Amino acid sequence: MRVVLSNSSGVPLYQQIKEQVGTAILSGELAEGDALPSVRALARDLRISIITTTRAYTELAAEGFIATVPGKGAYVLPLDSALVREQLLRQVEDGLQTALDAARRAGLQRDDLIQILDGLIQAERHDAGSGVPSDSGAVR
Amino acid sequence: MRSDLAFALRGVGTAVSGTFALRDVSFELPTGYVMGLIGANGAGKTTTIRCLLGMRPIDTGEIELLGHRLPGPVDLRQDVGVVFDHAHLVGDWRLVQVERTLRPFYERWDGVRYRQLLDEFGLDLRAKVKDLSRGMSMKLMIAVALSHHARLLVFDEPTSGLDPVARDELVGIIGDFLLDEGRSVLFSTHITADLDRIGDYVTLIHDGRIVRTGTKDELLDAYRVVRGGPDDLSGAVGVQLIGVRRTSTGAQALVRTEEADLLGGNVLIEAPTLEEIAVHVGARVPRRSPDPGAESHRDADPHPAAEPHHGAGPDHGAGPDHGASRHEPDSSMSTKGIA
Repeated sequence: MRVVLSNSSGVPLYQQIKEQVGTAILSGELAEGDALPSVRALARDLRISIITTTRAYTELAAEGFIATVPGKGAYVLPLDSALVREQLLRQVEDGLQTALDAARRAGLQRDDLIQILDGLIQAERHDAGSGVPSDSGAVR
Repeated sequence: MRSDLAFALRGVGTAVSGTFALRDVSFELPTGYVMGLIGANGAGKTTTIRCLLGMRPIDTGEIELLGHRLPGPVDLRQDVGVVFDHAHLVGDWRLVQVERTLRPFYERWDGVRYRQLLDEFGLDLRAKVKDLSRGMSMKLMIAVALSHHARLLVFDEPTSGLDPVARDELVGIIGDFLLDEGRSVLFSTHITADLDRIGDYVTLIHDGRIVRTGTKDELLDAYRVVRGGPDDLSGAVGVQLIGVRRTSTGAQALVRTEEADLLGGNVLIEAPTLEEIAVHVGARVPRRSPDPGAESHRDADPHPAAEPHHGAGPDHGAGPDHGASRHEPDSSMSTKGIA
């Protein structure tokens, strides 16, 4: 498991751990059944407080990513596809909300936004070298 | 008695001198965590630790240590490892003799572990105690504590006088020690940087009283640092400025989080660091006057401990939070000091 903490990002340490472990699980880097270090071992290794690592693990467990075994450690749970989808949807919503806030400050209209989104999708297709852009519905 | 507590002090008071005493000191540490006891020099950290370890009688209150009410059974010391600022071992002893001398006092002394730890810490069995550097003698004391399988480690100012490398090693040693969830650590310090990361709980002591105790995040959430121009911080009703510092270009103070919004729009409000909290709460003389005239000369000395205001204590039974609301060196107290 790889966790790299930033002291200057302004994001709370427990949040950074949670996001990095969550991302590793969603990307398949950590697979079902993989063991994670115990909260105490992680606290020692990262040189942070036990309360911080406990909070990160507790929230990961509440979201169904991991299960913790008192006194032992934690392991990765099978990925629930509905849960994954929900997480991803939330990320999409968060990202769009950020874009919407910026658009409002810039005075952009709905059509401008849609145009930008279309442009990004086109550019991605072009980068992927998948040939002629088509008008089919899916993003990928 | 609650066995899930490493220790608890409840309403502890002890008179140290005519002008200094611990008053109504209450705080506790759940088993398995690190607590930092922070405060300025002379705030009462060492006295508190001596009371906790039964090295000093208390006048009021009670102390619970590892499930026993003090004075506990004699063999309670088997479970407690103490690391003080200065080595309490005889300077001419070699580290082999240290073991030979201490071993009989501890039922669970583990000679193999002692040698292993000395080796790990880079200490030579043939070295003499007096030839050890500060960092080395601290490691020796830790090795002793770990060799008799202490469940609670108590450090008094472990990081003062240590270079950054040795301090970092100490943080690693504490992390290793706490892998076992039945173990706990209390350390007093005036260097808060180490605690910023590894501290689970923090207790802030000032002038013999507990200002605040709780998890580190609770403490950090409880206060805000506010900065403004020279006049921006004055005159806000209902805001207590803690340890306010004024210069000709601006003013800075600590305030309680719930009061920060009353200060108005020109004031910068930021989350504090532990150091900022310690500095403002520990400030001996909150200055009222921006000009360093005769008044500030008089200001320079009176320590809040000497105030009659503190002598009579109508506050027995007050929890840490009540203590916080009454005993911080706030601006109203400075008025009294000047008067």
